[in-house]
Amino acid sequence: MSDTTTAPPAPTSAPKGAPATAPTTFVGALEIDIRFLGMIGALAAIWIVFDFLADGTFLTPRNLWNLSVQSSSIAVMSTGMVLVIVMRHIDLSVGSILGVTGMIMAVFQASYLMPTFGFNNPAVMALTLVAGIAAGAAIGALHGFVIAYLGVPAFIVTLGGLLVWRGAAWAVAQGKTIPLTDDNFKLLGGGADGSIGATWSWVVAAIACLAIVFAAIQARRQRQRFHFPLKPLWAEVVTISVGCLAVVAATLVVNAYTLPANLARRYAESAGLTIPPEGISISFGYAVPVLVAVAVGIVMTFITTRTRFGRYVFAIGGNPEAAELAGINTKRVTLTVFALMGALAAIGAAISTARLNSATNAQGTLDELYVIAAAVIGGTSLAGGSGTIAGAMIGALVMQSLQSGMVLMRVDTPYQNIVVGIVLVFAVWIDTVYRKRFK
Amino acid sequence: MNNLASSPVATPSARTGTPLVEMRDIRIAFGGVHAVDGVSVDLYPGEVVGLLGHNGAGKSTLIKILAGAYRPDSGEIRINGAKADIGNPRDAKRYGIETIYQTLALADNVDAAANLFLGRELMTPWGTLDDVAMEAATREVMGRLNPNFRKFKEPVRGLSGGQRQSVAIARAIHFNAKILIMDEPTAALGPQETAQVAELIKHLKAEGIGIFLISHDIHDVFDLADRVSVMKNGKLVGTASTADVTKDEVLGMIILGKSPPGAVAGPGASN
Repeated sequence: MSDTTTAPPAPTSAPKGAPATAPTTFVGALEIDIRFLGMIGALAAIWIVFDFLADGTFLTPRNLWNLSVQSSSIAVMSTGMVLVIVMRHIDLSVGSILGVTGMIMAVFQASYLMPTFGFNNPAVMALTLVAGIAAGAAIGALHGFVIAYLGVPAFIVTLGGLLVWRGAAWAVAQGKTIPLTDDNFKLLGGGADGSIGATWSWVVAAIACLAIVFAAIQARRQRQRFHFPLKPLWAEVVTISVGCLAVVAATLVVNAYTLPANLARRYAESAGLTIPPEGISISFGYAVPVLVAVAVGIVMTFITTRTRFGRYVFAIGGNPEAAELAGINTKRVTLTVFALMGALAAIGAAISTARLNSATNAQGTLDELYVIAAAVIGGTSLAGGSGTIAGAMIGALVMQSLQSGMVLMRVDTPYQNIVVGIVLVFAVWIDTVYRKRFK
Repeated sequence: MNNLASSPVATPSARTGTPLVEMRDIRIAFGGVHAVDGVSVDLYPGEVVGLLGHNGAGKSTLIKILAGAYRPDSGEIRINGAKADIGNPRDAKRYGIETIYQTLALADNVDAAANLFLGRELMTPWGTLDDVAMEAATREVMGRLNPNFRKFKEPVRGLSGGQRQSVAIARAIHFNAKILIMDEPTAALGPQETAQVAELIKHLKAEGIGIFLISHDIHDVFDLADRVSVMKNGKLVGTASTADVTKDEVLGMIILGKSPPGAVAGPGASN
């Protein structure tokens, strides 16, 4: 055991045994996930088709900005659903958890935090979030406990949870709508105030690009440490450039969405800015909920790919018995996954209550289905064992794109549902065909 | 095969001192069925003990108790003479017990390195998975076991039966096992790979590792084992040194539960 807990010293020569062959093909050299590329392609196709059908109103900075904000809450929750589904479980209760935690946050804020700390005290926002996330994690942990330790199937436990927590959301305030009072908390919902503006958006973009470069260098160093074959330099450059270009493009889009002229003037006056004669243009930039969603996506990707916990989640999904025999505490991992899902539902609740400026007991109704659909469209296999966070987030964007595209085309809600339902089944069918053909 | 000549040489000298493993009067029942009913077996350093019996005789259940997958209803396990408390697979590994399961127990959706280190991952100083170090170690150990192995980046789902087997074996021997349990190790293998596993067993034995070799087929184990213990209907028929009994006698133990003169009869013997 002693030599296994610490990393072995770096061998001075290439590892014995099979010499790792350098990749020869173009795609192989870039180490691209073809599946992910396919999803980006599908998203691009949807956008182009809608732009055509909706007379050029889809691919506008304004619509894309709105799309990003509207996707945030579902995207945040879909990252947790990936882990749940990878472990061969399901969580039908996320919409209701969103409802009840949103309610808890609004009531806690209005009835306890405001009177204690006063209007717009920064502590109010922080404590609201802590309370909401703790409540969500506790609810999820309770589900996880019943599933893992009492052996009740997740489908049933979370179906029960769907009813229980929706009822609880009503019970918290006897069905009343609770308005949010804290302006800092409202920033989480986006809007003109909840966006970071052009300058900060560029700062974020610069940090993102540096992070991409740093990650590539770090990966290269790691491989050098063990004398593994390296990615060709041109491939590194291509990957880094594509990543940075995507960041720059997204930043250009969100910065191109500006406040209407009269609002911009009023905003500038209230902020005491001098208005140049040609008028003032104020960019939205990245919306706060989008940044929250991206941050959640990065953290969740890190958890799934770089930590023991993430490795165990996948191993359990691949072969629960093998994981158990390898000494993994599968029950504890199950409980943790559901607790994490609950916490993410609470973050989703913070975003969507902040966006609506109030909490209602019906909030998040049917969200569980959108979240599951996003994860599944994003390539998470319901058979367990495979799925990616980034895929699920793209899946959330696909779902939202369909809906907002149809709204722009003035399709009635019932017909929207018909289309979304069909697309979900179609997407999974395509994925099934792909898996059979190429795996 | 000619290893019959070589194995008895080690047998008498090997079985002295404290046994590596003693399982005493082990019992376990599942819903009224006595899967293992008062079985006692032991294992000495550098010894190969074949555990034989029909499918459903209780061999795998007995061995899963030693591996920590099941907790016995009663009975005692001693490792190196000291009473051992094995409550889960993690405990068993702490005692140096490694198991190669019949099903191989691999997570199909992750790669060879992830399987090899499953539950015992190498970590970087920052507490993250050190995948590169794990891959390097996997290349090293697989290079010894199966030099033709190339699919380090692929989920083990895409591996052949023999390749999967070598991943399972690599996992068991990489962590300096003192006691190795092999449940039908050659069931899924071709003749050449079977011969490789036989070579490996002899090699490990020479290093002083005690090996339980489980099989329903006497021919798989008779030549490799120093002793055989035969089970039938959850009970021990008897234990014999392979030098003292013939294959036919052992077959009689398996099929009829009849303990021959060269064997120490157990409670399950019919005569």
